Amino acid sequence: MSSPVSIEAVMAGLEERRYIGDRPLATSIFLALALGRPLFIEGEAGVGKTEAAKVMAQVLGARLIRLQCYEGIDVAHALYEWNYPRQLLHIRLLNDSADRAAAEQEIYAKEFLLRRPLLDAIDNDDPVPPVLLIDEIDRSDEEFEAFLLELLSDFQVSIPELGTIHARRPPFVVVTSNRTREVHDALKRRCLYHWIDYPSVEKELAIVRARAPEAAEQLAHDVTALVHGLRELDLYKAPGVAETLDWARALAQLGATRIDTSLVDATLGAALKYQEDLERAREQLPELVEQARGA
Amino acid sequence: MAVQAPDLLPRLAAFARLLHDAGLDGGPGRLTTATKALGFIDLRDRAGFRDTLRACFVGRREELPVFEAAFDIFWAPPDPRVRAGFLPGKSRPLPLAPDRARSWMQALGLNQGAQRPGDLQEVVNESSGYSADELLRHKDFDEMSWEETEQVKRLLQQSPWRIAERRTRRSRPARRGEVDLARTARQSISSSGELIRLLHRQPQLRRRPLVLICDVSGSMERYSRLLLIFAHATARRERLETFVFSTRLTRITRLLRKREIEPALSEVSKRVHDFSGGTRIGEALAEFNRRWARRVLGHGAVVVLVSDGWDRGDPELLAREVSRLRRMSHRLIWLNPLLGSAGYEPVTRGMAAALPHTDDFLAAHNLKALDELGSLLAGLGRRRTVR
Repeated sequence: MSSPVSIEAVMAGLEERRYIGDRPLATSIFLALALGRPLFIEGEAGVGKTEAAKVMAQVLGARLIRLQCYEGIDVAHALYEWNYPRQLLHIRLLNDSADRAAAEQEIYAKEFLLRRPLLDAIDNDDPVPPVLLIDEIDRSDEEFEAFLLELLSDFQVSIPELGTIHARRPPFVVVTSNRTREVHDALKRRCLYHWIDYPSVEKELAIVRARAPEAAEQLAHDVTALVHGLRELDLYKAPGVAETLDWARALAQLGATRIDTSLVDATLGAALKYQEDLERAREQLPELVEQARGA
Repeated sequence: MAVQAPDLLPRLAAFARLLHDAGLDGGPGRLTTATKALGFIDLRDRAGFRDTLRACFVGRREELPVFEAAFDIFWAPPDPRVRAGFLPGKSRPLPLAPDRARSWMQALGLNQGAQRPGDLQEVVNESSGYSADELLRHKDFDEMSWEETEQVKRLLQQSPWRIAERRTRRSRPARRGEVDLARTARQSISSSGELIRLLHRQPQLRRRPLVLICDVSGSMERYSRLLLIFAHATARRERLETFVFSTRLTRITRLLRKREIEPALSEVSKRVHDFSGGTRIGEALAEFNRRWARRVLGHGAVVVLVSDGWDRGDPELLAREVSRLRRMSHRLIWLNPLLGSAGYEPVTRGMAAALPHTDDFLAAHNLKALDELGSLLAGLGRRRTVR
C-alpha cells in the first residue's frame, strides 16, 4: 500500500490491524508521512508507542527497521562498522607484490561494511520506503542525539572511506521516548510531536477485546476497570496498557471469568512492579476489586 | 502547498506569536511546518485543524494544556452568548506576562463586552493554584542588593569546582586499558595484516548530573535567595536540575537558564507562588519521586536537598520518601542551614526521621558552607558509598 491519502485512511488502517488509536494520533501519522517528517511519540511506558510504529509498517506494507537505544549507543552500533576480521583476512590473502593503495581501496568497499539499522534504513532498495523505529531515544546520550539530528534532517550519512550516501527513498521515521529524560529541543524541532495518554475506560476495553481476545467479556471489563482504579492511586509506576493486556491474559490462563480479591492479590505482580506500589494497592484491594466489579 | 483560505496565513502567524508569548516555540521553523501541514488537511475539519496545529507547535507534554488554552482563545468561533476565550468547559488559563496579556486581549477583542476588564490577567492568577490552606506570599527578588549578588558571583568564580565524573558506556583511545580491537585491526591493515602493536581503550568519563531540591518555606526565608543565586551560578557550568518547594514542588530549571541573574530570579519569584509558605518535605519529595525522579535521576545523578527539616507533615512519610530518593540517586546530600548555628542538634521530628537515610549531612548557612559543598561534589568517587 502506498502512503495513505487521508486521516481517515490512516485510522482505518490502524483499526484493521487491531490497533485502537484515536484521531489525533492518526492525524499526526498522516501529516508526518505527507510532510516527510519524523514523528516523535512520547508517553508513559506501555501505552502503545512502539506498537504504533509496528502497526504502521504493516499498514504501509513496509519493512520495519528497529533501533533500540541504550546508554552509550554509538555510530558503530547504530549506523555501520567495518568488518575488520574480514578485511584482515582479505589483505593477508593478497599477494605481497600487490599494490598497497589498490588493496586498501579494495577492502573499503561496501561488501566489507557491516550495515547497522540506520544505514539499512537510509541505503534501502525497498519497493516501499521502510519504517525506521528509533525506540526509547531517552535512553541514549546527548552525543547520539546530536548525531541523529543530522541524519534526520537530511536523510543522508557520510562514511569517510565511501563518501555520502543519500536516501533515495527516505524512510518513515518514528522516534519514541518514555521521558526518562528531556530530549533536546533541536531534535524535537525536526519532528512532529504526539503525546499518547492513558486511554479512557471504553477505549482500553476495546484494546483488551482486540488484543487479548482469550479474556472473557466480563473479565476484560473487570480488569480494565481495576487498572483504571489502580491508576487513580498515587503510585510510583502506574500500570500501562501493556500491563492491562498482560493481566487479562494471565487471568484468562487461570480460567477466570471474573475477578475476586484473592485472584487479584495473587496476580497483582502482572500490573505493579514496585514493592511500595504493591503494598499500597494491597491495603485497599477489597474496595478496589469491589469498585471494579460494580463499574 | 498553498493554504486554501486567503487570510489564514497572517492569522496563523499571529497564533504562533501568541504561543510564543505563552512560552511555546512559535518560531518560523514551526510556523512553516504548520503552514505546509495545513495544506494536506481539510480546513473545514475543526478537530483535524486543531490536531494538526498541535502536532506542529507542541514539543513537550507540559505544553499541551497551554496549547489547548491558546487554541480555544484564539480560534474561538464568534459567539455572542459566551465571552470570547471562555468557552464553557473548554478554556484553560494561559500563562502570559501581564503586559502581553493586556495587548493580546486588545488584539483579540476580548475586553470588549467583558464583564470584568482584565480577564486574562485574573485567569493567570487563578492558574497559580492559590489555595486557602497555603500561606502564600509573593516574594520579590528584585530587591536584592548589588553587593550581595556580586559577592556570591565572585566567590563562585574564584572556586571553580566541577562535579565529579562517572564512567560512561562509551570508550576513548587510551594508552592502557582494554584492547581496542577495531582500532588495532584497522592499523594492522596498513601493515598487510600483521599485528604490530595493540591499541587500547578506556571508558569515557562524563560529569554527573546534579539535582538541587530547595526548601523555600518560611523558615528558610533567609537562605532561599542565596541558594537560588548559587543554583543560577552552578547551572552555568553543570548539568543542573533545580526544584523548589514549600507546600508544593516546582521545577525551575528552565527559569534559571536566563543568562542574567536578575531576570532569572524575578522569573522564579513570578512563577513560584508558595515562597515562604509552610513546609511539607515529605509530600514534596513524594511528588518529586513520582513525577520527576525517573526523568532527572538518570546517568548517576547526585541529589542535593536543602532544608532545615522543619516539617509539618508526617515523619514516617518523610523517612520513606528520603530513603527512596537515596536509592535512586548516586549520592544524597542533605544541606541544613541550621547546622551552622552553635548548639544545633538535628532533633526536629522530620530531621531525625530523615537523617539515617542520607549519605551526607552538611551545613549551608553561608557562602563558605556552599564552597565546602563544592569540594565534596568535586571529590565524589566513581562508586556509590556503601550504605
